[in-house]
Amino acid sequence: MSEAVAPAPGKGSRGRGGPSLRRRRALIPLLFVLPGLAWLILFYAIPIVSQVWVSTQTGNPDDGFVQTWNFSVYPDAVSEYLPQIGRSFLYAGTATLACLIISFPLAYFIAFKAGRWRNLMLLLIILPFFTSLIVRVVAWQTLLTDDGLVVNTLQAIGILGPDGRLLATTFAVIAGITYNFLPFMALPLYASLERMDRTLLEAASDLYASKITAFRKVTLPLAAPGIFAGTLLTFIPAIGDYINAQLLGTPNQFMVGNVIQSQYLTVRDYPTAAALSFVVMIVVLILIAIALRFVSTRQLSEAAAA
Amino acid sequence: MAEADITLSGLTKQFGDMVAVDDLDLEIPKGGFFAMLGPSGCGKTTTLRMIGGFEEPTAGTVNLAGTDVTNVPAHKRDVNTVFQSYALFPHMTVAENVEFGLKRKKVPKAERKQRVAEALELVQLTELANRRPTQMSGGQQQRVALARALVNRPQALLLDEPLGALDLKLRKQLQLELSRIQADIGITFVHVTHDQEEAMTMADQIAVMNEGRIEQLGTASELYDTPKTAFVANFLGTSNLIDAKVLSRSGEMAEVEADGGARLRVPASVLPGSDTEVRIGVRPEKLDLEAIDDGSPSANGDNVILGHITDAAFVGVSTQYVVHTEGGDELQVFVQNSADHPPNLGPGRRVAATWDPTTTFAVNREESDGA
Ligand SMILES: Nc1ncnc2c1ncn2[C@@H]1O[C@H](COP(=O)(O)OP(=O)(O)O)[C@@H](O)[C@H]1O
Ligand SMILES: [Mg+2]
Repeated sequence: MSEAVAPAPGKGSRGRGGPSLRRRRALIPLLFVLPGLAWLILFYAIPIVSQVWVSTQTGNPDDGFVQTWNFSVYPDAVSEYLPQIGRSFLYAGTATLACLIISFPLAYFIAFKAGRWRNLMLLLIILPFFTSLIVRVVAWQTLLTDDGLVVNTLQAIGILGPDGRLLATTFAVIAGITYNFLPFMALPLYASLERMDRTLLEAASDLYASKITAFRKVTLPLAAPGIFAGTLLTFIPAIGDYINAQLLGTPNQFMVGNVIQSQYLTVRDYPTAAALSFVVMIVVLILIAIALRFVSTRQLSEAAAA
Repeated sequence: MAEADITLSGLTKQFGDMVAVDDLDLEIPKGGFFAMLGPSGCGKTTTLRMIGGFEEPTAGTVNLAGTDVTNVPAHKRDVNTVFQSYALFPHMTVAENVEFGLKRKKVPKAERKQRVAEALELVQLTELANRRPTQMSGGQQQRVALARALVNRPQALLLDEPLGALDLKLRKQLQLELSRIQADIGITFVHVTHDQEEAMTMADQIAVMNEGRIEQLGTASELYDTPKTAFVANFLGTSNLIDAKVLSRSGEMAEVEADGGARLRVPASVLPGSDTEVRIGVRPEKLDLEAIDDGSPSANGDNVILGHITDAAFVGVSTQYVVHTEGGDELQVFVQNSADHPPNLGPGRRVAATWDPTTTFAVNREESDGA
C-alpha cells in the first residue's frame, strides 16, 4: 500500500487525505459481510421472529388471529403433544445411530479399499436421491407391504410370526428415516476418512498397535469431525421429518412433524404449530451446544487440519 | 565385523512383474550407523519396509537379533521406523505422540512419563511437549518422529530418508545431531538415503544399492578408494574408467595395457578374478597434468597417459580439465590451484596425465556405467 508522502498543494482542506481512505477501508469488510447478513436476516431472523409473533396470538382461522401475548400456548402444546415430541427425538436418534453403524464401514471401504470403483460407489450412494422423497418412501411402502417379498421371506424363516407385519410399525418408520438420511451421514464420513494419511496407520502398527488399537486410537479420532457433521446433518432434519411416519407408520408412530403439519394445514391452529416448531428448534440447539462441549471446535479443526 | 543385528537372506520383493528388491543378502552389524545408499527407485524403501514388517517379501527371510521375523506382523517387531513423511499423529500433542508406543507396550505411567521426558530432552524438544505437530516446523517434526521411535528403545531404528524434506542447512545440522544421538544411545541405525555425501559423513558402513541389489558394502573410504563396480565408482563421486588388458600379475603390482597402448601399473589386489580384460579406474583429483611441449614426460614410477586438453574450467580451489587421451578415452582431471600449479594449461595443450599407481582401482568390465 502506498501512503501519500506529501499532500499535493491545493488539497490542503482535506487534511492529510488519510482519514477518509482509512474509513473507506474499514468499511470494506462490512461490505463483504453484507450479503450473508442480509441472507440471515431475511431467511433466519425474520421467520423466527414471526414464528414467535404468531405463536402468542389467539383467534381462529375464520375470524383471524390477534396478538394477545398468550405464552400459555407453549406449556399447553408441549404437554398435549409430548409423546410425539419424544418420539421425534427417539426415532431421529435411533435412525442417526443406525446411519452411523451402516455408513462407517461403507465410507471406510470406499475411502480405503474401493480403488477405481470409488467414484462409482459414491454415485450409487447418491443415486436414489435423484428421485423425490415421496417416491422413495412409497417404494418402501411397497417393499414392506403385508404380502410382499420381504415380509413373506421373514415369515418363512420364522423371524416374523404368521401375522407379523413390517408396514405400519415403528421399525418401518425408523428404517425409512435411516434409508432417507443415509447419504448425509455417509458422505461427511467418507470425506474425513479419505483425507486421512494412510501412513499414520503404519506408524501406529510400527508403535506396537494392533489393527484394532490403531483403528480406535487413530482412525476413529481422525474421523470424529465426519461423525459429528454426519450426526448433525442426519439428526436435525430427521427430527422434523413427517413423511416416513405418515406413509410407513400409523398415528401411533406420528412424530412432531406430523403434528405441526396438520396444525398448520388441516386444523389451521397456527399458534400451536408455531410454538411446537419453536420448541423443537430450541431443544435441538441445546443438544448441539451440549455435543459441542464434548467435541470442541478446536479439536475438530485440528483433526480436520491433518 | 561385530555380530549381526539384522540379517536379510535372499530377500526378494516383486510388484507384479516389477522386481523391486532382487535376491538381496545383507548383514547389518549391531550398534552401528548403517546407511543404504542408492538412486531413487532402486528399492531402498521397499527393503526397509520389509525389515519393518509393512511389506511382505515375495521370497527370502528377515532375521532380527537372531530370530526369524519374516512372518511376524509389524506391531510385534522390535524395530521402529522414522517415516519420510514423519507420520505424526495430528490429533495428539508431541508428548502424546512420543508416549504412544510405550502405552501400547503397557509401560507403567511413572516410567512412561520419565522416558518421554528423556526422549524429548534427547531431541531438545522439552519446551514443545504440549504443542501439536501441525504447529511445528519440518525440522521439529523430524525430531518428534525420532523421539517417538527412540523412546521405545528398539533393537534397531529404521530411517527412510529422514532428512529428505528439509533444506540444506537444517539437513547438515540434523546429520550431525543424528550421528551424535546414535553414538550416545548405541542402537543400530539403518539410514536410507540417495545422498552420497550424507551417507559418507554419517555412516560407519554403507551398502550401495542399485536395481534391487547390493552393489558393494563397505566404509565410506573403502567405497570411494576401491569401488568394485562402475556403478559405485560413478555414484560416489566422479571416476575415470579405462578399458585395459592384463599383461602380468606377478607381485604386488600387476601391469595392464590401456587401449591407447599406455602401460599402467595397478595393485594386484584390486583386479577381479583372473580376467584378462579389465576396466581400471582413477579419481580425477588423484591425477596430475604435465605439459609436454617436446620430449617425453618424467615418469618416476607414476602411471602416465598421454593426450591433449579439450576443456579447462577454473573453479576457484581447483581447475577441472578434460583430457582426450591417445587411446580415445576422456579423462576428468581436477588439479588444485597452488603456487606450483598455476592454472595455465589451456585447451589444445599436449599433456601427460600422471598418477600414483597405488590409487588405481578396477571395476567389473561387464557392468554398464551407472548414474
Ligand atoms: N506398492 C508398490 N506397487 C508397485 N510398485 C512399487 C510399490 N512400491 C514400490 N514400487 C516400485 O518398486 C521400486 C522400488 O521402489 P522403492 O523401494 O520405493 O525405491 P527407493 O526407496 O529406493 O526410491 C520402484 O520402481 C517403485 O516404483
Ligand atoms: Mg524411498
